[in-house]
Amino acid sequence: MREITYIQAIVEAQAEEMRRDDTVVIFGEGIGPRGGNFKQTEGLWAEFGEDRCKDTPISELGFTGLAVGAAMCGLRPIVDTLFWDFMFVAMDQIVNQAARNYYVSGGRLKVPIVIRGAIGAGQSAGPHHSNCVYSIFAHYPGLKVVVPSTPYDVKGLLKTAIRADDPVLLFEHKFLYLTRGPVPDEEYTIPLGVADIKREGSDVTLVALSKMVRLALEVADKLADEGISVEVVDPRSLVPLDKDTILNSVSKTHRLVILDEEFAFCGVGAEIAAVVAQEGLFYLDAPIRRVHSLPVPTPYSPPLEQYVLPDADKTIRAIQETLES
Amino acid sequence: MALSSNALLSMYRKMLLLRRFEEKVSEVYRAGMIPGFVHTYIGQEAVAAGTCEHLTEIDRVTSTHRGHGHALAVGVSPRAVMAELWGRRTGCSRGRGGSMHLFSPEDGLLGATGIVGAGIPIAVGSAYAAKYLHEHRGDPLAITLCFFGDGASNTASFHEGLNLAAAFELPVVFICENNLYATEMAYSRASKNPDIAKRADGYGMPGMIADGMDIEEVYEKAGEAIERARGGGGPTLIECKTYRYHEHYEGQAVGSPYRSAEETASWKAKDPIERCAKRLRGSGISEQTLQEVEEEVDALVQDAVEYAEKSPWPQPEEASPSLVFSEPIC
Repeated sequence: MREITYIQAIVEAQAEEMRRDDTVVIFGEGIGPRGGNFKQTEGLWAEFGEDRCKDTPISELGFTGLAVGAAMCGLRPIVDTLFWDFMFVAMDQIVNQAARNYYVSGGRLKVPIVIRGAIGAGQSAGPHHSNCVYSIFAHYPGLKVVVPSTPYDVKGLLKTAIRADDPVLLFEHKFLYLTRGPVPDEEYTIPLGVADIKREGSDVTLVALSKMVRLALEVADKLADEGISVEVVDPRSLVPLDKDTILNSVSKTHRLVILDEEFAFCGVGAEIAAVVAQEGLFYLDAPIRRVHSLPVPTPYSPPLEQYVLPDADKTIRAIQETLES
Repeated sequence: MALSSNALLSMYRKMLLLRRFEEKVSEVYRAGMIPGFVHTYIGQEAVAAGTCEHLTEIDRVTSTHRGHGHALAVGVSPRAVMAELWGRRTGCSRGRGGSMHLFSPEDGLLGATGIVGAGIPIAVGSAYAAKYLHEHRGDPLAITLCFFGDGASNTASFHEGLNLAAAFELPVVFICENNLYATEMAYSRASKNPDIAKRADGYGMPGMIADGMDIEEVYEKAGEAIERARGGGGPTLIECKTYRYHEHYEGQAVGSPYRSAEETASWKAKDPIERCAKRLRGSGISEQTLQEVEEEVDALVQDAVEYAEKSPWPQPEEASPSLVFSEPIC
């Protein structure tokens, strides 16, 4: 199977959906002729034209709200936020408007909007360009949340997101953009709410998200040499969350470690831990462990940034704690 | 542009409906029949009636927390609005939204919002979709009216929304209802420039001031702006100078009065409905005709109250999380 980058997968997903449905349009900064800061819309302006790849001024609240209004009136907009940190400026339109209008209109107004953009730390982008913010959006009713970790996953999930009639927020770790992976030539989509077991194992379930999936697989490789079999579960979707795959895995391994770049407090890791504690308590032979970033604004200096992020040592230690219990 | 008496009579009827409806809302609210908060439109009727008179079936409107007038003016039935205020499942938002969140897409009401200014970018998006579908699919061009108050003129949404509308040349008409106060913050304390319409120049769009207590002036200026939008000439900002007779929200206790009795009286002396009636009498409409309109309106409002009273409450299943998404989630 051919291999393409995560970014190429994003471009392909958008191009295919835009060919398939002429109501799909993209709004964002630098996504027109420039093709996007990360080349995430490369070639699309040339193929689809100005009003389908619409460069916006720096007006996150304005153009996100514009996309919400357009979504309510017959278009299927994709908001390219570039960096998800910027979407805090647009919170009202995402949380108060997009998330709520379908329910509050009595089901008469759908909001088929996609918001996608880059998250994550590790490249000294500093405190305003490094956040993983999906936990906040996963909390509010009315928003579907997707966190793909591979080119295959991002293409299939982004296509589904664009076709969905509800708001879907897609969080792409910027470190993953240039990673490569197998992606079929043929048309395919991935449904929301289906987790993926990235590696089967029997001694401990390691639930990991986004870039942390790669770390989880590295850790699993390392521990395999020590005779510890780690099952890596990638939820892929947070809303809807595939609880069954996680619970089935824990019923088999009896140990759970959650590895997520988001902060621990009130993060999605806490939700997954609560679900397993509530619905799978008796599967567990050890307390649940969580490995997260330190609750500090992402520092700029490389050694400082590395210090706050999850790493192999912290993850291995957490796994060993579940085995020692 | 001289309006025919029949056209003026139609707008008179509409203003009277808005007035009588809101007076009834005030009455039943104080009797405890309406939960939560209501923000009445009394005094501002000419703005909704005069602007919405130009709308066709395909056109759209975004509204505000003070939006009963907008809803009725675009044609949402008094029954559907009243039932919504009473929290019944027959309301236009099925009881889920209440006074500040009226939705009726079939009538072109894209929604009212409790967040000041939030409707502005949404209206701009509605206009983007209208222009796009007109150009790509040959749909007739829908125009969007965006209502908001003087309070919203200082929000980021106003700034970003108007700039986008002008930069993208979109068919949206911004109607600012400057009633001089955002809650009790006088506009004169909130902003250095007393005329909101002057901001239009900063965005590269035309701005107009209209006497919001004069239905004919509102109608004429709205008509000009809407024709411009229909013809592809882009957005306009119309500032309607108006006044609300009641408090910001019904039943609000005014600690220290922020509006003088003289000021309120001076605006009531320009009451848009009375002025319109005078104009109609002068153009030959009989007292009997005006009386019939009044009776018709009163009957509609009374019917709306009875309908709301008899309507069922929403059932618990209507608060189900499965209703939050249009496609089921596992």
